[in-house]
Amino acid sequence: MNEIVPTRNIGDYVPMVDGPEKVSGRAKYTADLITPGMLAGHIFRSPYAHGEIVAVDVSEAAKLPGVKAIVTGADCDRTFGVLPIARSEHPLARDKVRYRGEPVAAVAAVDDATARQAISLIKLTVRDLPAYYTAKAALAPEAVALHARKPRNIERDVLFELGSVEQAFAEAALVREGTYNCAEVCQNQMEMHAAVADYDHGRDRMTVHASTQVPYYVHLMLSQILGMDMSRIRVVKPHVGGGFGCRTETLNIELIAALLARKVGGAVRMVVNREETFITHRGRPETDIRLKIGMRKDGRITAVECECDQRGGAHSGYGVVTILYSGSMLYAIYDLHNVKYVGRRVLTNTPPCGAFRGHGTVDVRFAFESLLDEMAGELKLDPFALRRANLLSAPTFTENDMMVNSYGLPECLDWVERESGWRARKGKLPKGNGARKGLGMACSHYISGASKPVNWTGEPHATVKIKLDFDGSVVVLSGAAEIGQGSSTILVQTVAEVLGLDLSRVRVVTGDSEVVPKDNGSYSSRVTFMVGNAAIDAAQNLKSVLIAAAARKLEAKPEEIECLGELYRAGAQDKGLTFNEVVTEALKDTGTITVTGNYSTIPESHGGNKYRGAAIGGTMGYSYSAQVVEVSVDEETGVVTVDKVWVAHDCGKALNRLTVEGQVQGSVWMGMGQAMSEEAAYHDGLMLTANMLDYRVPTIQDSPPIEVGIVESIDPHGPFGAKEAGEGSLAAFLPALTNAIADATGMRFNDLPVTPDRVFGAIEKRRRTKGGNGHT
Amino acid sequence: MARLLELTLNGRPRADGVKDNLLLLDYLREVVGLTGTKTGCDGGECGACTVLVDDVPRLSCLTLAAAVAGRRVETVESLAQDGRLSAVQRGFHEKLGAQCGYCTPGFLMASTGLLRRNPHPSDDDIREALGSNICRCTGYVKIIEAVQHAATLAADGLKP
Repeated sequence: MNEIVPTRNIGDYVPMVDGPEKVSGRAKYTADLITPGMLAGHIFRSPYAHGEIVAVDVSEAAKLPGVKAIVTGADCDRTFGVLPIARSEHPLARDKVRYRGEPVAAVAAVDDATARQAISLIKLTVRDLPAYYTAKAALAPEAVALHARKPRNIERDVLFELGSVEQAFAEAALVREGTYNCAEVCQNQMEMHAAVADYDHGRDRMTVHASTQVPYYVHLMLSQILGMDMSRIRVVKPHVGGGFGCRTETLNIELIAALLARKVGGAVRMVVNREETFITHRGRPETDIRLKIGMRKDGRITAVECECDQRGGAHSGYGVVTILYSGSMLYAIYDLHNVKYVGRRVLTNTPPCGAFRGHGTVDVRFAFESLLDEMAGELKLDPFALRRANLLSAPTFTENDMMVNSYGLPECLDWVERESGWRARKGKLPKGNGARKGLGMACSHYISGASKPVNWTGEPHATVKIKLDFDGSVVVLSGAAEIGQGSSTILVQTVAEVLGLDLSRVRVVTGDSEVVPKDNGSYSSRVTFMVGNAAIDAAQNLKSVLIAAAARKLEAKPEEIECLGELYRAGAQDKGLTFNEVVTEALKDTGTITVTGNYSTIPESHGGNKYRGAAIGGTMGYSYSAQVVEVSVDEETGVVTVDKVWVAHDCGKALNRLTVEGQVQGSVWMGMGQAMSEEAAYHDGLMLTANMLDYRVPTIQDSPPIEVGIVESIDPHGPFGAKEAGEGSLAAFLPALTNAIADATGMRFNDLPVTPDRVFGAIEKRRRTKGGNGHT
Repeated sequence: MARLLELTLNGRPRADGVKDNLLLLDYLREVVGLTGTKTGCDGGECGACTVLVDDVPRLSCLTLAAAVAGRRVETVESLAQDGRLSAVQRGFHEKLGAQCGYCTPGFLMASTGLLRRNPHPSDDDIREALGSNICRCTGYVKIIEAVQHAATLAADGLKP
């Protein structure tokens, strides 16, 4: 007889549990929910960037046969927003319009064509106001305020100075300063935004299916906007075609669909097009950074001063948090003591920005790692040596009170240095005419979930339930939003691991507020860490119930019971009970078994109080990443080709090596898009790039091989030691690329994206001025 | 104007009354109810709606339904046979060529078309065949591995 052992379910390459649905066309996304009789919803959007609303005339549209309902700002005077301190957005504009594309009215009609025709009959009259398309313009003293509550158009300014910054600069051997500009970028996830709202008039109940990362936040905002008790609302998240942060807050689309559905007393399907998806936005803001670093001759950083202005768009969204992250996340990667940060989040007449993957950390990290590279060159230090001179030693708390318990950055550096052949190849790649080759490196980090949730309710950070019944199947119930990142797979793996069962015995149910426990949502890379820990807790509680039942049946003490997954026995000589026999025994007590698992962060991770907003950046565990990028620069055309990327990511413990690799590769590649080609461009507030040809994401033909090294620092609090894997590797690509271009050409690019036009312009400029390694 | 559209869809003959201006994409999703084929953009930008017409990958968002009269049209729903995933489907599932899954039907159809005309593609052949399909999750690394894995499975006798 083969020995029965518990099945191991973590640490291997595990395909996603919902993969078969996705490759067969059976996976239903919101726009796929088409039923007969459903009405089509469309939005009328402001063609004006800034104006006082004089009139919204829907009379002609209302006369069109087939139009069933029209809503305008007059139908809803309530506001929404993700941060309780900044709920200032109306689902449909009232009093003012603040950006081109802002929703003003919406129509539900019998079909798409009728709804679109009705939209064309709506007339908006405004009294023009001056509009501001850059942070600088909006900050001018004479500028008109977009929002009365923010008279200077500053959503939030942040200032902190920790340590003795001035003195530390004075004592530095080398002080250098750089200015950097990162263009605004969009998530551009493949699924366009969609919502299906269905109002049951008889029962006064609302059901909304939405393409969201945060079903719970959608639930809250539907209640707020509709003025309905939360118990009358049901939110369902079907399969979601990516998010990358643009769906980490309730969008106006699901709210408008619900307003229409209630007005019409039925079901409305609202699927916006790609242009509208771009304009709904919530991407990464255009950011201007001035950064100054002081350093000793050995590369040790003595002082940092960083100023950061973000063009936030017309509403607050996550803005307050974004500008705080940009400051707090200067820390927790290197050992810094004297840091001054000045951040300004500015309101402008452009679509609202949000929480794009790597939230708030990416552009500042680009500046920081660029300047380190430049200074390493001046001090004739190897860029790896410079990083190694500034490492943290964990466990520690940073100067801004961030808790660092596991720190795999040294191993990440070792891995990419070795695998890229850095020492043998750096500075020795061909630099002939035509293609000049270069190598660059950089580091980055990210949080595994914010330690304090946006909505502080006193509940645990995560709750998972498990149901076990007569059939012996283990059903995990979780509100964690699977958006393609693999959260459902991780839940199944962690529960199966604790119980020693094969994955096939475990099912997962998620995404329906009627069935699953509340979850805060899929953002800030919180799910594996927090929901994973809650799932482990739930599975351990279930295991205790099963062991108690086995002990009773076997007439043994619970501590004598050995759980081997499919077999429970009292000692090695015991024939034992099968899993199904144990379940049958356990059900005698209570009938269907349900257990709960919880997880909460510890207070030590909540940040300090040295400045206002110092909780932002606090997490239970930071991930770390190091990258080496190899490029070829064609000096005839300005085209930069990324030949290869080596990336090492410290994810604590890889619960699933396949999905860790996929997340890390996807992050690196998304960083590549921002670094090389992506830019949301505007003309007088009109987005010029609101399609997938002008907003240029890399194709498979532009994309390099990305070799992933997994570093496992085993975090003491992580689920089986795990930390996040889905965001931390994005930021390092940007500076690793420009550092590689600098290595190849001697030219340093501080403005992103580094397009062929920019590179060619810089090459031409250098030719005209006869050499020189100047900035561009 | 409207007309009677007769075609072979996923191996079965079919006839429907369609308007002349109906797109193949909308015909598949809204008339037939095959929602596996996805809309990802405002026309011809992303490849999510790729289907096979007489074995050749075509963008169903740029094709009129009327234009496929008498032709063989295949969508993602046709790939599995007798409940078993095809080589391309298994490749994408097992190698994580699909994350969010939204672009996946388009990639599967373009890859199926590739393997029918070139059973042993090089990585560059794959890049060329999938050059007009956008994926926002994977960085494409595992998509190339998925297609190579599919080619191996197909060489071992599995339906591509």
